[in-house]
Amino acid sequence: MKDFLMSIGYNNWVLPALLIIPVVGAAGLLALGSGKGRNEADTSKTARYLAFTVFMVEFLVSIGLWWSFDPASRGWQAPIDAAWIPSWGIRFTLGVDGIALMMVLLTTFIMPLTVLGGWTSVKTKVHTYLALLLILTTGMLGVFLARDLFLFYVMWEVMLVPMYFIIGIWGGERRIYASLKFFIYTMLPSLLMLVAIIYLGVKAGSGGIPNFSYDNLLHNTSLSHSAALWLFSAFFLAFAVKVPMFPFHTWLPDAHVEAPTAGSVILAGIMLKMGTFGFLRFALPLFPDAAMNPTVRAIIVTLAVIGIIYGALVAMVQPDFKKLVAYSSVSHLGFVMLGIFALTLQSVQGALMIMINHGISTGALFLLIGMIYERKHSRMIASYGGIARVVPMFAALLTFVSLSSIGLPGTNGFVGEFLVLIGSFKQFPVLATIAATGVIFAAAYLLWAIQRVLFNPLDKKENEHIPDLNWREIGLLVPFIIVIIWLGVYPAPVLRRMETSAQMVVDHVTAGSAPRVVTTEGTK
Amino acid sequence: MIFDLSNPSDLMAALGPDLLLMGGAMVLLLWGAWKKESDAHQRAVGKGALLLCVAVIGLCIYYMTQRFTSTHGVIAVDGFRWAADILFLLATIGTIALSLDYNGREGIHTPESHVLLLFATSGMMMLAAARDLMIVFLGIELMSIAVYVLAGLNRRSERAAEGALKYFLLGAFSTGFLLYGIALVYGATGATNLSVIGARIQQLHLISSPMLIIGIALLLIGFGFKVAAAPFHMWAPDVYEGAPTPVTAYMAAAVKAAAFAAFLRIWLEAFPGVAALWHGPVWWLAVATMVVGNLVALAQRNIKRMLAYSSIAHAGYLLVAVVIGNAAATSAFMFYLLAYTIATFGAFAVIVALGERGENRMEIDDYAGLWSVHPWISAAMAVFMLALLGFPIFGGMGFFAKWYILQEALRADAPQTILAVILVLTSVISAGYYLYVVMVMFMKPRPVNVDTNTVIGGWTKGVIAVAAILILAFGVYPNPIVEWTRANRATKPPVAPGLPSGSLAATIPAP
Repeated sequence: MKDFLMSIGYNNWVLPALLIIPVVGAAGLLALGSGKGRNEADTSKTARYLAFTVFMVEFLVSIGLWWSFDPASRGWQAPIDAAWIPSWGIRFTLGVDGIALMMVLLTTFIMPLTVLGGWTSVKTKVHTYLALLLILTTGMLGVFLARDLFLFYVMWEVMLVPMYFIIGIWGGERRIYASLKFFIYTMLPSLLMLVAIIYLGVKAGSGGIPNFSYDNLLHNTSLSHSAALWLFSAFFLAFAVKVPMFPFHTWLPDAHVEAPTAGSVILAGIMLKMGTFGFLRFALPLFPDAAMNPTVRAIIVTLAVIGIIYGALVAMVQPDFKKLVAYSSVSHLGFVMLGIFALTLQSVQGALMIMINHGISTGALFLLIGMIYERKHSRMIASYGGIARVVPMFAALLTFVSLSSIGLPGTNGFVGEFLVLIGSFKQFPVLATIAATGVIFAAAYLLWAIQRVLFNPLDKKENEHIPDLNWREIGLLVPFIIVIIWLGVYPAPVLRRMETSAQMVVDHVTAGSAPRVVTTEGTK
Repeated sequence: MIFDLSNPSDLMAALGPDLLLMGGAMVLLLWGAWKKESDAHQRAVGKGALLLCVAVIGLCIYYMTQRFTSTHGVIAVDGFRWAADILFLLATIGTIALSLDYNGREGIHTPESHVLLLFATSGMMMLAAARDLMIVFLGIELMSIAVYVLAGLNRRSERAAEGALKYFLLGAFSTGFLLYGIALVYGATGATNLSVIGARIQQLHLISSPMLIIGIALLLIGFGFKVAAAPFHMWAPDVYEGAPTPVTAYMAAAVKAAAFAAFLRIWLEAFPGVAALWHGPVWWLAVATMVVGNLVALAQRNIKRMLAYSSIAHAGYLLVAVVIGNAAATSAFMFYLLAYTIATFGAFAVIVALGERGENRMEIDDYAGLWSVHPWISAAMAVFMLALLGFPIFGGMGFFAKWYILQEALRADAPQTILAVILVLTSVISAGYYLYVVMVMFMKPRPVNVDTNTVIGGWTKGVIAVAAILILAFGVYPNPIVEWTRANRATKPPVAPGLPSGSLAATIPAP
C-alpha cells in the first residue's frame, strides 16, 4: 500500500488536496443552489448526494495517510511549504505528525456520517447547509495541519463562521442566543491569542520581517519570564474556552443543545478537540516554562479535575438528554486536560485516545439522540420510557454506545481513561484519585438515563408507535460500532502512530521547563 | 523627475491631477446648468463625472509610477499622496455610482450634486498633498463646504435639514479651532510649512512653549472633530442618518480618510520632535474613540446610525496608526483605509439597494429574513459586516487591515502592546452589532406582509458586487495591496534650503 501511495506522489499533494476538495465541493453546491428553475426538493436531493460524495472522496484521500505515515519519524510528514505574504513573513506551510494524523482521520471519518445523519432532518436550504459543512471541514483540517501560526489562526477563525450559521439557521428554539454566545465566547480569547501570535512572530523575526513558522518559534524564542506567562495566558484562554474547561464551559450546553444534529456531532466530535490539540501543539511546546510553572500547572490540573466531577454531576440532573451528553463532554475533556498536564508519555497518549474516543462515542450518541428526536420531537428524558420494546434496534445501539462512553473494558472508552489515570497518578496522586471517581459518575448518569429512556415501563401511549431505525440510520452507525470495538480491543496501531509525537511533546516541554529552574537557582 | 516647486510651471505640473479634476468639474458644472433639471440629465452628468474620476485616477497612477519627487515646498509629491488620491477618487466613483440610482428614486434631479462631490474630492486631494498649514486649511474648507451642501441635498427631508445644519454649525466651529491652532503654531514657530515647523521646534527648543502646546492642542481638537473621534463625535450620527445614503458613505469613508491623511502628515512631519507632548493625548483619544464608538453602536437600531458609530470606532483604530507614528504605520494606515472604504461602500450600497423612497426602511430589523428573498445581497452584506469586524477569509481584507495595524503596533520601536490589546477587545464588542445585522438577515423569519419586489438598480448592484469581490480576493491574496502600500509611504520631507523665513511667501515667488 505504501509503495503504491509513494508511486503516485501521494505525500506531495495530499494535504493541500484535503483543504481544497471541500472548498470546491462547497462552490459546486452553492452554484447548484443558485440555478433557477429547479424545484427545491430536487435540488436538495442532488445536493445531499453531491455532498456525501465529496465527503467520501475526502475520506478516501485522507485514509492513505494511515499507511504513508511513518510512525518512527520525528519530523513533519507530507510537508508543504509555499510563500504566501512574503513581506509579512507569512508562509503556507502544512504537515502532519502522529497527533495531527489521528485528528485528521477522525474528522474525515465523522464528516460523511454527519451528512447521512442529517439526511432527512434538515429540510430548508439544504445546499447552503451542506456547503457550510464542507467549508467547516477545511477550517478544521487546516487547524490540524498548519505549521505556520498565522495560517493556524486563520483556520481557527474560519471554523467559527460556518458553525455560527449552522447553529443559528438550522438550530432549535434558542438558536440565535446560542449561536451568538458561541461566536463571542470563541472570538474574544482568539483575538487575544492573535495579539500573542503577532508578538511572537515579531519577536522571532529578523530584518524587519516577522516569522510565524512553528518550527522556528519552537526553537528560537527567547522570552522573558513574564512575557512568556502573558503569552501563555492568551493561548490558554483561547484553548480553554474551546475545550471547554470549567469555568469557561457555559457556551457549550447552549451550543450543543441548540445545534442541529450534525452541528452537535461536529462540535463534540471534532471542534472540542481543537482546544486540547492546541494545548499539545502550541501552548505547551511554545511556552514550556510558563505552562510547567508549578502554580500554573496546579491551577490548570485542579480546574480539569473540577471539570470532570462538575460535568458529571450536572449531567446527572439534566432532564434533557442532549444536555446530559453535552455536560458529559465537559467531564470527558477534563480527563484529557488532566492527561496533558500530567505530561507523562502514558497520560498524553491516554489524552489523545480520549480525544479520539470521545469523538466517536459522543458523536454517535448525538446522532442517536437526533434520530429519536426526529421521530418524537422531544429531547426530554421524561417523555420517553420503556421504548426498548418499541424500537429494539435503537435500544441496542444506544446501550452499546453509552457503555463505550462510560468506558467499559473492551470498548474504546476504557483505554484512554485508564492510560490517563495511571499516567497522571505518578504526578498527582490525590487529584488522579478524585478524577477516577468521575468514571463512576459517568456510569451513573448514563446508565440512569438509559434506564429511564429505554427500560422503565412503557407508560406513555403515544410512544407505542415510534418506528424503529431504518437502514440508512443503522448503516451510518455501523462504522461507529466497528471503530468502538476495534479501538477497545486492539488500539496498538493507533497508539504506535501517536507515540513518537507524544514523546516529542513530553520531551520538549520537560526540557524547556527544566533548565530555566537550574539557572534561576544558580543566580540565587 | 524632480519638480522645482519655486518654478510656477513645475508647480502646475506637480498639481496636475488636482487641476484636471477641478477643471473638469467646472466644465461639468456648466453642462449641468445647460439643460433643464431631469433624471436623465442628472444621470448623464453623473456618468460624465464618473469618466472624469477615472481619467484623474489614470493620471495619478501615471504620476505614481513615474516616482516624481519635488524640492522643498508647500505641497508634497510622494506615493502617499497619490495613493490617498486614488482612494478618494475610488470613493467618489462609488458615491456617484450609488447616487445615479438613488437620486432617481428620491427625486433629486439636480446634476450639481455630482459636481459638488467632485469639488469636495479636489479639496481632499489638496489635503493629501498639503505640506503647509495654509494648504491644509484651504483643502479642509473646500472639502467641508461642498459636503455641508451635499448633506442637505434632500431638501424635502426634515432629518436631512437637521443633520446638515448641525454639520454646518459644528463643522464651522471645529474649523475655528483648527484655524486658531494654526495661528498659535505660527506664532510659536514663525512658519506654516510643516518641515520648517518641525525644524524650528528642534532648533528653538519649543517643547515647553505654552503657545505651541495650546496650538497643538487646538489642532488636535479640530482634527478630532473632522475625523469624528470621541469625545468630538457628537455630530456624526445625526448627520450620517440625515444625509442621503450615498453621501453618508462618502462622509464615512472619503471625508474621514482625507482628514486623517492631513492629520497623519502634520503629526509625522511637523510635530515628531514634540511627540512627548501629544503622544499621551492621542493615545487616550484612540482608546476613547474605540470604546465609545463600539459601545454606543451596540445600542443602535437604525442601520445608518449604527454604521455612523462603527465609523467612529474605525477612526479609533486609525488613530492607533497615528500613535505608532512611523513610516511603516502610514502603510498600515493606507491599507486599513482602503479595506474600510471598500467595506463601507459595499454596506451603504446594500442600504441604498434595500431602502425605499423617503429613506424609509432603515431599521436593522427591516432586513429580517432578507436571505430568503435576496440571497446574494445578504451574503455580500455579511461579507461587509465581517470585513468591518476584521474577520479572516469571510471578512477578507478587513482582517489583514487589522493585522497590519496590530503588527506595526507591536513592531514599533516603542511597542504599543496595551493599545493592541484594547484594539482587539473593542473589536469583540463590535461583533455584537455587526453580527446582529447578519443574524437578522439570516436567522430571523421574513415578515409576511412585506412587499419584497424592490427593484435594485444596476449601478447599485455593480458597487455591491465589485466591493464584495475586492474584499474577498484581497482577503486571500493581499500581496498587491501590501506591496503597494509599502511602496507608497509618506516620505520624509526634503530638507528645507536654509530655512526660509516665512513659508508660503518664501516658496511661492511673487508674481
